[in-house]
Amino acid sequence: MAQVTLSNVKKVYAGGVEAVKGVSFDIPDGGFCVLVGPSGCGKSTLLRMVAGLETISSGEVAIGNRVVNEIEPADRDIAMVFQNYALYPHMNIYDNMAYGLRNRGTPKDEIDKRVKEAARILAIEPFLERRPRQLSGGQRQRVAMGRAIVRKPQVFLFDEPLSNLDAKLRVQMRVEIKKLQRALGVTAIYVTHDQVEAMTLSDKLVVMNAGQVEQIGLPAEVYRKPASKFVATFIGSPPMNILPGAVDGPGIIALGDAIIEVRDLREDLAAQAPVEVGLRPEDVEIASEGQAGSLPFDVEFIEELGATQLFHGKLAGQPFVMQAATGEVAAQEGRLWLTVDPDKIHVFDPKTGARLGKG
Amino acid sequence: MVEDRRMGDLIAYIILTIGVLIVAFPVWLTFVASTWDASTVINGEMPLYPGPYFLENYKRILFVGTSSTTREPVIGMMLNSFIMAMAIALGKIFISVLSAYAVVYYRFPFRMAAFWIIFITLMLPVEVRIFPTFKIVSDLNMLDTYQGLAVPLIASATGTLLFRQFFMTIPDELLEASKIDGAGPFRFFKDTLLPLSMTTIAALFVIQFIYGWNQYLWPLLVTTKDSMQTIVIAIKKMIVTADALTEWQLAMATAMLAMLPPVLVVIAMQRLFVKGLVETEK
Repeated sequence: MAQVTLSNVKKVYAGGVEAVKGVSFDIPDGGFCVLVGPSGCGKSTLLRMVAGLETISSGEVAIGNRVVNEIEPADRDIAMVFQNYALYPHMNIYDNMAYGLRNRGTPKDEIDKRVKEAARILAIEPFLERRPRQLSGGQRQRVAMGRAIVRKPQVFLFDEPLSNLDAKLRVQMRVEIKKLQRALGVTAIYVTHDQVEAMTLSDKLVVMNAGQVEQIGLPAEVYRKPASKFVATFIGSPPMNILPGAVDGPGIIALGDAIIEVRDLREDLAAQAPVEVGLRPEDVEIASEGQAGSLPFDVEFIEELGATQLFHGKLAGQPFVMQAATGEVAAQEGRLWLTVDPDKIHVFDPKTGARLGKG
Repeated sequence: MVEDRRMGDLIAYIILTIGVLIVAFPVWLTFVASTWDASTVINGEMPLYPGPYFLENYKRILFVGTSSTTREPVIGMMLNSFIMAMAIALGKIFISVLSAYAVVYYRFPFRMAAFWIIFITLMLPVEVRIFPTFKIVSDLNMLDTYQGLAVPLIASATGTLLFRQFFMTIPDELLEASKIDGAGPFRFFKDTLLPLSMTTIAALFVIQFIYGWNQYLWPLLVTTKDSMQTIVIAIKKMIVTADALTEWQLAMATAMLAMLPPVLVVIAMQRLFVKGLVETEK
């Protein structure tokens, strides 16, 4: 168990491509850190640098106060779970889990104890004699986790471990991973492109884009107060709506015909400066027609999600999606009037995408 | 349309049977000839069923040899052929696995150059480079030795290519998992790569054993002593054209014996193929 510290970590490939452009953050002991971002954002590269599978071009990675830049993967006291499980196809499940311990020279009875213990925790005891190919995807995933557990590492590294599973199993395994990590108290770094996994698993969410960290924070914090337009549209499903607006005065935004007083808005913005206004699909309310500050919303079609409904249409002429609990709004196409809670408005710089907030 | 399909099946079987007969008949004829005495074979009235001289002919050829041209007993030649074929097959597997491992998994200067140089040797089989190769072997005093028979034939690129292609299909994550599990380059090779390559190794072994066993030109050049000749050369030598009488029944028996080891290797390895396939595909 250890804290992991990254200071100004960079990865430059031989061709000069900068995959990771100076990333710094730390994960407290026992923390669950999720790196999330679109493919090619450098999140996997970063994880692989922590694992020691990629060299670190510059900067430092420390695990438990020990700088590990020059230390072999096997000696970093980490365990990794791969997307395709990377089980040894020619070994049975028992040997798959025991292999790393054998290489370290762990005594036989200790190996046996640890493997059986891990098999019990993960409910894979009946399969110990089988080969990986004889198991289902979910079972293989458990074996891959078992292989990580038996090493009793200081850090778990997960590289999109659930991507190869079907949707139902993914939800189930997600919960199990979280439970397991809590029970063992091992620091974890988890890479995913799935923002639901990112939100649910992390107690420290790192959103990455184009080799850089866009935002670090608690998942709820990142959701409530995205630091940039990128984070705002990446986290949340369906994604946040972005509408063109303009500054109408200190702390005031004009959105279509509505004039909204936004509390979290820098006050030094030039009047009439164009801005982008972010609105989460669930953060609008139905108003009566013509109510002050309301905007017309022309519903074009409705998606049923069971508990909620998605209304697709145009808000003041711009594409917009609204989410409402089923039954709350009459599910029919046509014009609705919406008002916006000024506390739930996000304003971004249209050029840089940065949040134009106060703090 | 049951009737039609039956007709189709029947025609297919007839064609297949004819094919099998065409292939099998000469083999049968060889076998039959090896079981009669010399005069029956030579006077052109040999029956198409085996004769009573099976044991006599085979005992004679295995342990005594022909009376004129080859003189040595065939058992010794079979041993020579076997040693040569095994040395070629095993030597080639050994070299190919290692070189492919180096080319695929290591990053060293001129790696691709090394690979292409290996690749280019595909265009230089023994027949093309026969004179320089002979010169080197003779300068190294390897004429009439097993090394001289096997080593020049071990050096070729087919095995390296085969293993390279196979290694490239093995996911990188296996190597990475091994690294994290504390397996160094040798451990990864021994514990993961070799067990996964077993079927490929078996395939290459079969091909190379038969290739080695069937060598004619090279052994003809580098062996001069009777005690070093291989069985394939012996068959040719037994068939005399000029003054002496060809002992056909013995030559045919030698041909039968020459066919045996490759057949056995194929049959034995076929099991390993199937086993390997079943184990990996499940």
